Amino acid sequence: MLTQTKAERDWNLLFACWLIASVSTLGSLFFSQVMDFAPCVLCWYQRIAIFPLVLMLPVGLFPFDAKVAKFALPLTIAGLLTAAYHNLLYAGLIPKSIQPCSPGVSCTEKYIELFGVLSIPLLSLLALAAMTTLLMIVKRRNY
Amino acid sequence: MNRKMVFGITALALVAAFVVGSSLYKSQRAGELDFMAQENVSTFIRMHSPMLGDAAAKVHIVKFTDPACETCAAFSQFIEQAMAAYPGKIKLIVRYAPFHEGAADIVKILIAAKKVNKFWETLHVLYASQEQWTQHHQVIVDRVWPLLERANLDVAAIRAGMNDPESERIIEQDLADARTLGVRKTPGLFVNGKALDPFGAREFKQLIESELGANYPELRR
Repeated sequence: MLTQTKAERDWNLLFACWLIASVSTLGSLFFSQVMDFAPCVLCWYQRIAIFPLVLMLPVGLFPFDAKVAKFALPLTIAGLLTAAYHNLLYAGLIPKSIQPCSPGVSCTEKYIELFGVLSIPLLSLLALAAMTTLLMIVKRRNY
Repeated sequence: MNRKMVFGITALALVAAFVVGSSLYKSQRAGELDFMAQENVSTFIRMHSPMLGDAAAKVHIVKFTDPACETCAAFSQFIEQAMAAYPGKIKLIVRYAPFHEGAADIVKILIAAKKVNKFWETLHVLYASQEQWTQHHQVIVDRVWPLLERANLDVAAIRAGMNDPESERIIEQDLADARTLGVRKTPGLFVNGKALDPFGAREFKQLIESELGANYPELRR
């Protein structure tokens, strides 16, 4: 590890970021397309932030170009803010105005909670926070 | 291993995991969440519809409810408040709109409870304990019985009444009426035939007050 060059380390960080984006994308597609959990509107906004990274980050991986971190950060930050709001809503810390039940999807509907705590909005928050951190490190080191 | 190989193998592994996971999941999946969306046709009050309050009340609220609908449970307090504020002047008629998967069985419980004169008590218990018998918008009927028992309701009589083919007809009729009236969401509320639109607690209060004013001149300021 100590023999790694700066560029190698940054490549690894970007690769890790791509891996998180890909696992998140496939995971959310699994929830919506396979398990038939309809995504709520806030989920869609977070998807908009995550899905493009799967295709966008590899552009900076081959050949390595740290600039991609700069371009991807606005997406992950916007996604992170949405996820933070979603989690507060989900936890009941932000009151939801009363609305009629409809065939739409409530953003506070509990689908799964892995190990009792890992809800879908929390998974999204963790992924977006991790990606934002990794991209920030790459960006700081290069610009 | 060079980077391109690492990347390629990872990508393939992820896609493979997704495909394998999907087929595994699908092969053992039970049900899926689904709602019914309804459209258009006719009446507000049927002979079979439960009614609460003074029959002579001039303001009537028609409520299309799905016992599994969270907002129906949450909204019932606003209806109770209005009825308590103007005793004898408002009556409530409940119609069934079991849009949630499995909610028709809960409606059958309500229809059976009505036959033993325990409709309102049963509805109250069902609303209050809703999250214990619903999951992912799916109804789990077996979880209802202990809750009714705890509330001292005659479960044996309700269970016996549930299989009456009459209840199917009642539900069909109510769903047909919901369609006619354009009720696609629950609660579908009408006050003296006027739909609550836009939906909301404050809008409901305003609608009630305007109907009270129109029918009881002494309430006008």
